Amino acid sequence: MDWQIIVDSLPELIGGMWLTIQITALSVAIGLVIAVPLAILRLHPNPAIWMPVYGFIFFFRGTPLLVQLFLIYYGSGQFSDALQQVGLWILFREAYFCGVLTLTLNTAAYTAEILRGAIQGVPKGEVEAARACGMGGRLLYRRIIMPKAFRLAWPAYTNEVIFLLQATSLVSVITLMDITGVASKIAASTFAFYELYLTAAVMYLILVYGLLAVFKRIEYRLSGHLRAAKDTTTDSQQGPALR
Amino acid sequence: MRTKLTAVAAACAMAFTAGTASAAIEGCPDQITVGTEGAYPPFNYIDENGNLQGFDIDIANALCEEIGADCSFKTQDWAGIIPGLLAKKYDAIIASMSITEERAQKVDFTNKYYQSPARFVGPDSMDVEISKQGLEGMTVGVQRATVSENFLRGEFGDVVEISTYDTQEEATLDLTSGRVDLVVADAIKLSEGFLDSEAGEAYEFKGPAFAQEKYFGKGIGIAVRPGADNLKQCFNTAIDNIRADGTYDKISQKHFGMNIYGG
Repeated sequence: MDWQIIVDSLPELIGGMWLTIQITALSVAIGLVIAVPLAILRLHPNPAIWMPVYGFIFFFRGTPLLVQLFLIYYGSGQFSDALQQVGLWILFREAYFCGVLTLTLNTAAYTAEILRGAIQGVPKGEVEAARACGMGGRLLYRRIIMPKAFRLAWPAYTNEVIFLLQATSLVSVITLMDITGVASKIAASTFAFYELYLTAAVMYLILVYGLLAVFKRIEYRLSGHLRAAKDTTTDSQQGPALR
Repeated sequence: MRTKLTAVAAACAMAFTAGTASAAIEGCPDQITVGTEGAYPPFNYIDENGNLQGFDIDIANALCEEIGADCSFKTQDWAGIIPGLLAKKYDAIIASMSITEERAQKVDFTNKYYQSPARFVGPDSMDVEISKQGLEGMTVGVQRATVSENFLRGEFGDVVEISTYDTQEEATLDLTSGRVDLVVADAIKLSEGFLDSEAGEAYEFKGPAFAQEKYFGKGIGIAVRPGADNLKQCFNTAIDNIRADGTYDKISQKHFGMNIYGG
């Protein structure tokens, strides 16, 4: 175990960590924005609407992320002339854009499926009660269905975000210098594979558990109404266990 | 095309006769597992039938025949090829590996079996001077964990943007798509594997050939585990022998139309 190599490569690895965080945050944020309408359209009764959405989800859930990454990065490279004509090459030229695009589409597909399940899991009674009160359409979705669906989906969504964070390590194959990219670059020139990948693993652990803490916190907030209300007259000293 | 075919046929015939005539070198192992990348045409690659082909493979087979050993091959990604040797997944690396000081700290090398400089390649239409000023602000593609990467970082790392790839083919893909302005790699590799192909038609060498020993070492050798002196000696003797009896020249002529052993 060569500690000096770890210490020497830390600044560069932290730079890579920053890129990992950026890519994850961007993909999660944009992916969620895309996933909400997708989930709702996925449940539309008209096949002309739900079929294309299902096709999108089917493709991105059914193929490996690495293949999607190669498809978008090297695939777009093959059509660079055509993309140049429509002015899109300036975006696809950047590995950063291709990486975020792939991860975004991938997580949007998974998140849409998670949300679809949650929307279907909203108790019929709540929807009927809302309809009885005269709510319908957008208002029903905004006030009743989506808040409930988000609460139901949250634990599964937490997992999805963690998977995505770990999946960002794949972008190192398209030249991006994230944690894995930096680690493999330094490991290849110093042959300190064990040291570098162990450090990379610890960095991912820190990120994942940091993320998990944030998501647990949000989950706690979201489920406030499900916990017994705190009685302000009795404080903890009078709890039954201490008597 | 015809001359090429007859050359191949001649080489095959020679290899066959040489095979029946050669005697094993004494005291050498009779089984050797060779590690190679299998993704570096024309030196080592997997053809459409799934067989390993290329200059490195032909040389490896000739050496094994000379040694009198039964050789089998294992393919391993480039960046993990030295760890794989140390983990005893194979006994020797014959994969166009440059003999460098850094690597020599981890593995032992035989004498070189060929030598080739590194060169830059860019589009025909591009006018570029290979110097710090000339390359300023450009993006250059290079295969990860290669001597070319060390050279590029060492000489031009402060002025160019560097994109690294798992294989050389991916780097040239990004050159043709325009994501990188230039690539730098082994000159023979670039000329045979890219410039002579259809994809490389509109591209050419830029600037001089680079061969500083500081980056590129003492040529291309075979790596063995440290302390495997017997195996190393066997390969060294075999390299001398196949050069002396003309087998080496035949293989080199067959692949490149010239002898690439170098000065």
